[in-house]
Order: sequence, then C-alpha cells, then structure tokens
Amino acid sequence: MNIAVLAKQVPDLVEGLEIDPSGKALDVNYLRYILSESDDHALEQALLLKEKVGGRVEVFALNQGEARESLVAAIAKGADRAVLVDAGLDSPLNNHAAAQIFAGLLGGGLFDLILTGVRAIDDLDGSLGGLVAGSLDLPYAALIRKAEADGDGKTVIVQKEYPGGYAVELVVRLPAVLGIQAAEQPPRYVPISRLRQVMKTATVEEVSVAPPSQQPLDVTCLFKPEEGAGAVMISGGAQEAARQIMSLLSERRLLR
Amino acid sequence: MRNDILVFAEHFRGTLNDITYELLGKGRELAQSLDSRLLVSLLGHEVGGLVERLGVADQVCLVDRPELKEFASDSTKAVLEAILADVQPRLVLLGSTSIGLELLGLISARKGIPCLDNCTRLESRDGKLVATCQIYGGKVFVEVALPEATTLVAVVPGSFPKEPGEVASKPELRNIALPPVLPEARTTFRKLLEPPSGDVDITKAPILVGVGRGIQNADNMSLAEELAAALSGVVCASRPVIDQGWLPLTRQVGKSGMTVKPKLYLALGISGAPEHLEGMKQSELIVAVNTDPNAPIFSVAHYGAVVDALELLPLLTEEVSNQVTKKASA
Amino acid sequence: MGTLQVSPIPDKPSVFFPEIASAEDKFRACLQCGVCSASCPMAKAMDFPPRKAVKMLMEGRFNEVVESNTPWLCVSCHTCAARCPSKLQISDGLFPALRAAVMAGGKPLPSDLQKALQNTYLYGNPMGESPRKRADWAKTAGVPVPRISQLRRPVDVLWIVECSPSFDPRNQEVSRKLARILNTLGVDFAILGHEERCMGDCEWLAGERGLFEMHIERNIDIFNKYRFKQILLTDPHAYRALRNIYPSMGGVFDVQHYTQFLAERLDQLKPLLKQKLNATVTYHDSCCLGRKMSIYDGPRALLQALPGLKLVEMIQNRESSLCCGGGSVTVFLDRFIQERVKDRLADQRVEQAVATKAEILAVACPYEPSRFEDAVKITGHEGKLMVCDIIEMLANSMGLA
Repeated sequence: MNIAVLAKQVPDLVEGLEIDPSGKALDVNYLRYILSESDDHALEQALLLKEKVGGRVEVFALNQGEARESLVAAIAKGADRAVLVDAGLDSPLNNHAAAQIFAGLLGGGLFDLILTGVRAIDDLDGSLGGLVAGSLDLPYAALIRKAEADGDGKTVIVQKEYPGGYAVELVVRLPAVLGIQAAEQPPRYVPISRLRQVMKTATVEEVSVAPPSQQPLDVTCLFKPEEGAGAVMISGGAQEAARQIMSLLSERRLLR
Repeated sequence: MRNDILVFAEHFRGTLNDITYELLGKGRELAQSLDSRLLVSLLGHEVGGLVERLGVADQVCLVDRPELKEFASDSTKAVLEAILADVQPRLVLLGSTSIGLELLGLISARKGIPCLDNCTRLESRDGKLVATCQIYGGKVFVEVALPEATTLVAVVPGSFPKEPGEVASKPELRNIALPPVLPEARTTFRKLLEPPSGDVDITKAPILVGVGRGIQNADNMSLAEELAAALSGVVCASRPVIDQGWLPLTRQVGKSGMTVKPKLYLALGISGAPEHLEGMKQSELIVAVNTDPNAPIFSVAHYGAVVDALELLPLLTEEVSNQVTKKASA
Repeated sequence: MGTLQVSPIPDKPSVFFPEIASAEDKFRACLQCGVCSASCPMAKAMDFPPRKAVKMLMEGRFNEVVESNTPWLCVSCHTCAARCPSKLQISDGLFPALRAAVMAGGKPLPSDLQKALQNTYLYGNPMGESPRKRADWAKTAGVPVPRISQLRRPVDVLWIVECSPSFDPRNQEVSRKLARILNTLGVDFAILGHEERCMGDCEWLAGERGLFEMHIERNIDIFNKYRFKQILLTDPHAYRALRNIYPSMGGVFDVQHYTQFLAERLDQLKPLLKQKLNATVTYHDSCCLGRKMSIYDGPRALLQALPGLKLVEMIQNRESSLCCGGGSVTVFLDRFIQERVKDRLADQRVEQAVATKAEILAVACPYEPSRFEDAVKITGHEGKLMVCDIIEMLANSMGLA
C-alpha cells in the first residue's frame, strides 16, 4: 500500500504566544515550531499500516519551521521517502493554498491513502485533509482512530469518532484521504543517537513549486482572551479557597 | 447570491443535536439583522418527524432518502451542494463536529467556496458579517470579516445558546431539485460502536467533580471520589485523565466525550483546552482551581482560585462534610 | 542491624553502555551468587530479576530480557551494584543497556518516560516547561540571585539549580531558601538561568545515550564560557553525573553537593542557627547521594548542628537505606511500576520513619519531599510526620523562612 503523509509545522505553545504590533499576526520572534501532534499520529498510523501489509510511506512537508528535522525523524521512524516542499514564500500559507500544492504533487493515483492529522492548532480555514480530498475528488473520513487494510487492497476499514464515546465503523474505498485523530498506538520514540545518525545519512528531497494563488482571509485582528476574565477570583491559600467555595455552594443551595 | 442564512441540521439516533438549535438561534438573529431569511437543511432517512422542531426557520429543505440513512460524506455533500446551488445563501452554518469537519473542506475545495472553522462568535456589523475563531488551543482569537460571497462557517458546539433556536411549529418545506440517483458513497457505514456501558451517566448528574492533569496520578483519584461523595456528585475528567486509564471513557467530558450542563461543575487541575471547554462551558456554576493563573479554564469559570487542586481537595471535602453534618443535625 | 562494608561504586567510562557483545565479557565475572536479586526491592515483580538477567545475557537470551518488564522496573537504587562481590555495574550499566536495546528495537517505552525524553530534547527539562521560565522561581526568593551571564566576572560558585528545583513548586521553595542561606553566608554565587539545561543523569539511566551525549556536550560548552571555582548542586543525580561522567567527556570541574558545601562551613553556620528545633528527626539517605556517592556524614553533621534536634536512625540507613522508589528517571516509570507492584517503596520507608518515633523525616534530594509527603498521606500519618529538606530546616533555624 502506498501511503502519503502530510506533515505540518505549528507554533509550539510551550513558549507562549505574543501578538505582533500590527495586531493581525503572531510575533514570530519568540516562535518555536514543532510537528503538529495529530500529523505525528498520522505518520504513526501510516507506519503501522506499512508494517502490517507492506508498501511505502512517503512524508511531505512545506518548508517552514523545523520541517526538515521532522522529515528526518520520519525517516528514522521508517518512512521510505521525505519531501520538503518550497513554495518560495516567507509567510505561512493558509490551508487552502497548502491543499492546492499537495493536490498538485499527490494527484494522478500515486497513493492509495493520504493521511494527515484531522486538525492542527492553527487551522482557521478548514483542515488540510478535507481540502486536499475535495481538490482531488477523493473520499474523505475525519476523526479516525483506527485503520485496517482489507484483504483485497481496495478498501480500508476505519473507526470514526463521534461524541459521547460513540464511534462508527466505515468501509472506505481507496484511494482516499483520512483525517487522523489518534493512531492505534502512541507515536513511536526515536532515540537521539538514531536521529543524529539518520541526519548524516538520509536524503530529504527538495521540491520547488510555483506559489499558489491565494485568497487570504480578511483578518481584522488577533487577540488573546483576558486572563481570568469572567471568573471572580478567590484569593488566599487552599484553606481559604476551601472555605469560600463551601460557602458559595451552601449559598447556592447545592449542598444536600 | 442572496442574503439568506442556511443552517445544516445534524441529528443522531433520531434526535436533533444541540448544535442544530444553537446554529438556528444564531441564524435567526443574523437573518433578522440582514433582513433576510433563515433556511435549514435536513438530510436523512425517515426524518420527517423532526421538521416541526425546526420552527424557528422560514424554510426547511427536507431531503429524505434511504441512501442518507447513515451519514456518508459523498452523498450528503452531493445533496448539500444541490441545496447551495438552489438557495445561494450568504452564509452556511455547520457544526465543527464529526460531520461538519468532513463536509467543510470537501465542499469548500470542490466548489471554491471560502470557509472558516473554529468559530465561537458571529455577528453582523454595519451589514458586514464578522466571525471570531479560536486557535492555538484557545489562547488566541482571530476576528475575520467574511468575504462578500457564499461562505461556509463551522461553529464550535456550545458557542451559542440553544434556547433561541428551539421553536416548535411547522415551517414551510422547500423543494430542491435533486438527481434521481445520488453518487455512490465511497465511504459506507458498517456498524455503530457503542461506548462501554454499566457506568454512571454523567450527563444526568447535577453535580460534577471534574479532574484534569493536575490530579497527577491514579492514587489521587480517591481524593476526588471523596469530594464527590461528600457532594453527592460524580467524578468526571478531561481527556488526558481518560487516556491514562484512570477513569473509563464514559466519564470523559469534552469534544470526543460527553457534553454536560450540571448545576455545578468543579474543574480541578483542568487547564481548559477548547476541546474540554466545549463539553462543559454551559454548566450553571463553574468553579475552577488551577495553579496557572493564565489557564483558559478561568475564562469560562464563574469563580476561580489559583491553588493546587491536590491541596484543596481534602480541605474542601472536610469543609463540605462538616457543613452537611451541621445542616443534618440542625 | 549492622551496615555492610562497601566501597563507593566507581563509574568507569569503559563500563558505560556496554554493547551487548562487550557486556558479556564484563559480566563473565558474575558468580551467580544472587546477592543482587536478594537486595533488589523490585525483584519480586520482575520477569527476570538481576541475577537471572545476567545469566540470560551469558546464555545469549538477552532479547527475552529486553522484551520483558524487567528493564522498566529497576528503580536505580544501586543496591545490587553496591553489594556485588564482583563489582558488576548492574543498575548502572546493564539496565541502561537493556533500555537502550528496547529503544533501538523500536519497541514502545512507558509513555511518561517517552514524553519526558521528548520534552528534555526540546526544552532541556522533562516537564516540558519553557526554558525561558527556568529562573522564574528566583523572582520571589527575596534575595538577589544573579545570572552569571549578567555578572560578567568570575564567581566562586556556579549553582546548578537543575530541573525539578527550578520548576516544581514544592522544590522551588527549597531553592529560594538555599538562595537566602547562601546570601546570609556571603557566598559569591550565580546561576545559569535560562541557559541551564538538564545535566543528563536521567537520560543516562534511561539508556538514551544520544540525548545524554548531546546534553553533556552542550553543557560543557556553556560551562566553558564562564569562569568559576566550583559547581554547587542540590540534586544528587546531577552531582553524580558531573562528578563521575562529565570528566570522561572533557568536562572536569570541582563539584559539590550542598551538604558537603555547607558542612565545610559549619563553623560559620552554627552561630546563625538560632531558633531551636525541639524535634526528633530521622534522615533518609537517598540512594544516589548515599550508596552511589558515599555521602553519609555531611548531612548528619548539618542536622546535628541544629539546636534542640535529636537524631535517630531508621532500621535501614546509610548503605542499607531503602529507596524512595522515584529518583531521576524512575519518576517517569511511576505509573508503569505502580501497575505492577502493590507495595510502594515510599510507603514502606515512611513506616520505617514512623517506627523511629521521629517527628521530621529529613531529606537532601529534590525527588524526596513530594514523594514522601504523598506517602505520609497515603499511610495515614498526616500530621504526625513532617518531611523537610535539610535546607529548609537550616533556613528556619536561621530565621530565613
């Protein structure tokens, strides 16, 4: 089975986020990028499928943030090919533009499955998987937590999550795009010694593409929610908080 | 394009989901400010009985077909596209849900219709539609002026109240021209997987004690259980706690778990990721405890304290037990 | 109970991470006497306790050990290595090698450990906190805590605060008190602040050699940027790494644990210990500070300098001290271990402390306070036994709390 994985870099929330003076974008000075968590799961799911039924896993990423390092890590985990895609632009592309690029690269029936995370923390104009599927007129199933290849190689059986703990088993005809919520096992660990070794020996292919036509969203401003806004804050330590919360509950007639 | 608002109704196992009413309520408000109409699409099989629940809309595009019995994006998308071609709305409102997430990108890319996801606020300002969307785990909000063209907007469940959308009366039905045969669905439903049963239904509990990562390990769960017992409530949790296996899936509150609206939701050591907030922010009284003063949970809580949940738990249990004993002997 | 005569365990570079082939050579000296398994607090839960694991290594059945639960049940208490008549590096050589083999084979790691290693790689600390916030604890210390990069001059003491004492709220308290003590004593010190990263002990024990080497190389580069006479630490595990491992990679520094540093300054310290304690205290010898690095007397000297203190010993003390079950890498194996072992080591240790009728359990390692405080609650001794780092007790007596 030939599987393509689309991997995106997103801002690392550990470093905190600041809004730049224009008020319409993030301040990139302190931004650190990491691989989007559900894309990591998409890669893991792809590797698990390859381990079960054979085939190839190829990982594609737009040149942004630490994309190159994420691609090297993917090879270290067992991906067969890693491609860094450069669209010659400085600022990050919205998902519509990214989808155009990937649709151009992945069309033509090269892959049985295209896996990507069902959502990334910076998704504003819809998630990548659905947009790629729409562009290529491929079937799309989102919030997938399990995928098994059917014996005939023409379909995969997936589990799609619904709220309330429900899920649905679907039969998906290939070729298809899946938006992965969680892989069947947590993304595997790459020992740093292996990562460093692969960094020296592996090749990350570089592909240049023409900048896509973009219809940027009309962002009027970015803002952070007011800290603690709305909540009446109880001061003092744990003992005081316990006392005040108890009074509040008693007042509201919530105690038996 | 006309100025009409179209809501995509979602239903599960014979009932309309809350998101549908939330979108209808907001849709009605926007239609009024734009001096236009509110339409709603209802797709499924043997769902005619749900029409009278959509009374707040001016028209219902009812498409009842056996192929639509279980949700499959190919068939639903084909029908929705036909409805869009007929109605040519200004705005299409969907839920950012298991269903909405599939339809949004598929239709947007195929038909070249702009779309937005993670919307939590929507308003009309001087005739322009402005959406506010949450990104980066709810740490940043983006305000976007919608283009002057049909736009799809996926809304985070729980963002709007549902009461304004709950009007029971018989709206007008609108006929949509559809092909006699729908395109064959390439994703087909095989079976429903139910959540493990034999546990408390947290959606029915009036008092919930919610625990998050701040509970730190399975041993500390007993502290939460003791408080729940003193309050005659039930323990529930955010996803990280469930993933660790410290509570069963049936206790998960949030996007992939249950949505709860208890009289009291105590959020202990929960940071408040949007996926969790979605599941509990409509609780009547929310009291949050977290050592991080910037935790997003405080933005939905009514009362908050910046203390360690583990420290607070036994103290609060004692206060509550003493008070309850006092009342009993009074 | 008498204490065993053991010599400090050497950390010979050549024994680090034995490749399986060379490990067989080194472990050929094993007598199969079983002292290791008999001393191991986790032996009962291991699929293959230490003695058996070494036997299987000799028999070419190493893979079975790698795939068992054995690699992740070791708490690195070093009792096996301390007592082995052939002086084999079991906890500190064989087990990291087992763990490295698990990782090399792409097998799943306990999830908490994987997250900790990934966090350490990205942020230089296992908690996943931003390195820029590493010195935030010092903002409320109440005394100046200078950054060496801002001082622009040589200092006497470079204080490596380490991860837990920087980020964990319980330990931040201890860090602040040490800052006050150092100030009062007029020590010329500075910290690295946000340039500081993990010293590497838990990567070592986890078998993550690549990450470990990466950190050491980087840390040595940072140290070489500055001029200082010695390094001061509160974390015994970082102390071990800097004393025993860094020299073989080019980082030779004069390193002291705070108990040694302050014990040397007892003459200066004693008159400042004004407030009487009036309590019975027992001291927990942490595995790393005690058994591994042979520091037993300094902490006791500090405690005995406190007026009104009565020092008693637990039934297992000094070289026979019982592990708390959660030092360094073991903290991240907690869940894995607790799913397989019912009797928690920390609980057992607290019972030993209670049995001495002590009111305070004194410790000198950042992994201890939270661990033992939880155990005190779980064993139902809350209010009867307090857990304090020696730093806290000194600071209280000096009126610096």
